[in-house]
Amino acid sequence: MQRHLISAADLTRDDAVLILDTAEEMARVADRPIKKLPTLRGRTIVNLFFEDSTRTRISFEAAEKRLSADVINFTAKGSSVSKGESLKDTAQTLEAMGVDAVVIRHGASGAPYRLANSGWIDAAVVNAGDGTHQHPTQALLDAFTMRRRLIGPDAGLGQDLEGKRITLVGDVLHSRVARSNVDLLHTLGAEVTLVAPPTLLPVGIETWPCEVSYDLDSTLSKSDAVMMLRVQRERMNAAFFPTEREYSRRYGLDGDRMARMPEHAIVMHPGPMVRGMEITAEVADSDRCTVVEQVANGVSIRMAVLYLLLGGNEPAVTHPRTEEK
Amino acid sequence: MSKILIRGAKVLGGEPQDVLIDGGTIAQVGSGLAAEGAEVVEAGGKVLLPGLVDLHTHLREPGREDSETVLTGTRAAASGGFTTVFAMANTFPVADTAGVVEQVWRLGKEHGYCDVQPIGAVTVGLEGRKLAELGAMHESAAGVTVFSDDGKCVHDAVIMRRALEYVKAFGGVVAQHAQEPRLTEGAEMNEGIVSAELGLGGWPAVAEESIIARDVLLADHVGSRVHICHLSTAGSVEIVRWAKSRGIAVTAEVTPHHLLLTDELVRTYNPVYKVNPPLRTERDVMALREALADGTIDIVATDHAPHPHEDKDCEWAAAAMGMVGLETALSVVQETMVDTGLLDWAGVADRMSVKPAQIGQATGHGRPVSAGEPANLTLVDTAYRGLVEPAGFASRSRNTPYEGRELPGRVTHTWLRGKATLVDGKLT
Repeated sequence: MQRHLISAADLTRDDAVLILDTAEEMARVADRPIKKLPTLRGRTIVNLFFEDSTRTRISFEAAEKRLSADVINFTAKGSSVSKGESLKDTAQTLEAMGVDAVVIRHGASGAPYRLANSGWIDAAVVNAGDGTHQHPTQALLDAFTMRRRLIGPDAGLGQDLEGKRITLVGDVLHSRVARSNVDLLHTLGAEVTLVAPPTLLPVGIETWPCEVSYDLDSTLSKSDAVMMLRVQRERMNAAFFPTEREYSRRYGLDGDRMARMPEHAIVMHPGPMVRGMEITAEVADSDRCTVVEQVANGVSIRMAVLYLLLGGNEPAVTHPRTEEK
Repeated sequence: MSKILIRGAKVLGGEPQDVLIDGGTIAQVGSGLAAEGAEVVEAGGKVLLPGLVDLHTHLREPGREDSETVLTGTRAAASGGFTTVFAMANTFPVADTAGVVEQVWRLGKEHGYCDVQPIGAVTVGLEGRKLAELGAMHESAAGVTVFSDDGKCVHDAVIMRRALEYVKAFGGVVAQHAQEPRLTEGAEMNEGIVSAELGLGGWPAVAEESIIARDVLLADHVGSRVHICHLSTAGSVEIVRWAKSRGIAVTAEVTPHHLLLTDELVRTYNPVYKVNPPLRTERDVMALREALADGTIDIVATDHAPHPHEDKDCEWAAAAMGMVGLETALSVVQETMVDTGLLDWAGVADRMSVKPAQIGQATGHGRPVSAGEPANLTLVDTAYRGLVEPAGFASRSRNTPYEGRELPGRVTHTWLRGKATLVDGKLT
């Protein structure tokens, strides 16, 4: 494992499988009466959130607390580009307080990379989403969810996603989730197809390790998982698509479309969902939709990542440390 | 003023000759000139060029003296071999009145490291809505000949047309920062494969090319001349080439960094590479070099854009755009154009002194190195290779992309009207 987790593209297949396997161990902690491990006792982790986020911040916080880390939450909404509250100054302040890891969410692509590579701090850096660039723990929790559903929690151990066909639908252009998933799923051997109107696909996408289609219907029957991406309503004013209704007709997932998917296929969404536009309530509430599982799995994945980055050289759960005895 | 004999200099890269300066003028050029009463500078095969002229410098004064002042900027210019710089209008206040351009001009006169020719804003406050008092700026002591809203594009076609028409009355030229604003909203780097991977907002080539296409047609329509700042794409080159083939009065510039660096460097997210227009692809770089060699692109201009350390020591999105360039320009041109065989030293003199002086009407600069001409000269040790060390820059800012990079060539002497401003690499 590297010292930081900045991009899903930085993970090798073995790194990624190690994280997924470790997350399986972590998931068992959630089933215990006391959902806590002493693994990161005495370590300080700061959640440095320059951008609004509820589920990701809480997910990281839960993961950190389950590993017994000391947690500092820092919310700096709106200050990312203000000179009085620069990223460097904030980071160095936290460093001076003896922080071991920084979990950073930032509206600017590349901010976690700069934090990790500019010599500003020594702490490990975990990217919790930067601009339209990357959200690696989201990709990991998505892969974890797919492996559990499509292979099985136990059968999946040590396995990647070789040959699984995954379709991502929607606003790829602005989606860090899409970028992270394409990188990671490719590394894990899956076949990825991106489906979106041409206006929501970035220039240069032909070099990405995936297929691209403008037609959702033609991909459904060949998909083991269909992941719907969030469409931000404010994008409509920028003429990315004509109307919400037309988007929904062409790229929304409803019951009819879900019925055309293979029986074992699952529906995913990173949340928050825009019901009625991206996904109908019928689909969102169906057993095939993994949104709630994804949230639960997020905690396990983040526990695994923090454990491994902060020096975990041995399996986290199967060999309890002395403190637990 | 004393006499100076520059002995054994390769004038424009030719055979070694002696050049005698007497007062502010070149007195003689020849072999075996007598050194009587003259201070002798042993050139030892260094290349002698007419003093360089930069049509595109940001001196930041008034308003951002923490980045640069007229004094520090002209010292940087002299270090880089320049004897004239044209100072862009995006100061605070904006150089859109006779008062501000005269202030800059007078500061240049006082400091004496190189001539400073202010550029006037095309529109009031660079806002693109109302023409600035172009005539008053021309008639001021500064004698403004070049007008530009650089940093912003004059994007309203009617305003651009009127500006082109208006400056005809006094032979001015409008220098356009070609950037279609709607196509570059949220733009942070070149739009392409790298921006898609990095999740940075894309600045598409067509945003530059569409404005250039429009403006050469406008210039043709109204019979005026237009100058295009910092070309950065292969497509822009094609449009300028086409316009010139049609006889349209267009000139164009390229920066040293667009001749050398590509958008691949942005993968480091290091804001030292953040510049407007953005670094493009290898294909663009090669097209720009070729166009500079064949004359489609007329000149090299630095777009020297100093920023204090804190404006670059941050995340990409928060960083200021621009890089300093006066002190490394000639080295980068040597690396990309001379050492590659695309241009000889006479060609460099043409692109970095003669033509920019002509476009900006800097009389007395960009002249031949011959008897009777003003002694504005630059001596270059072309055999030198060394690491770029920004700590030694005369500029107040250090935002160079070349720190620690080996580049060829070193300006050792600069003379402004016979007065040395740089001797053995040290400012006087």
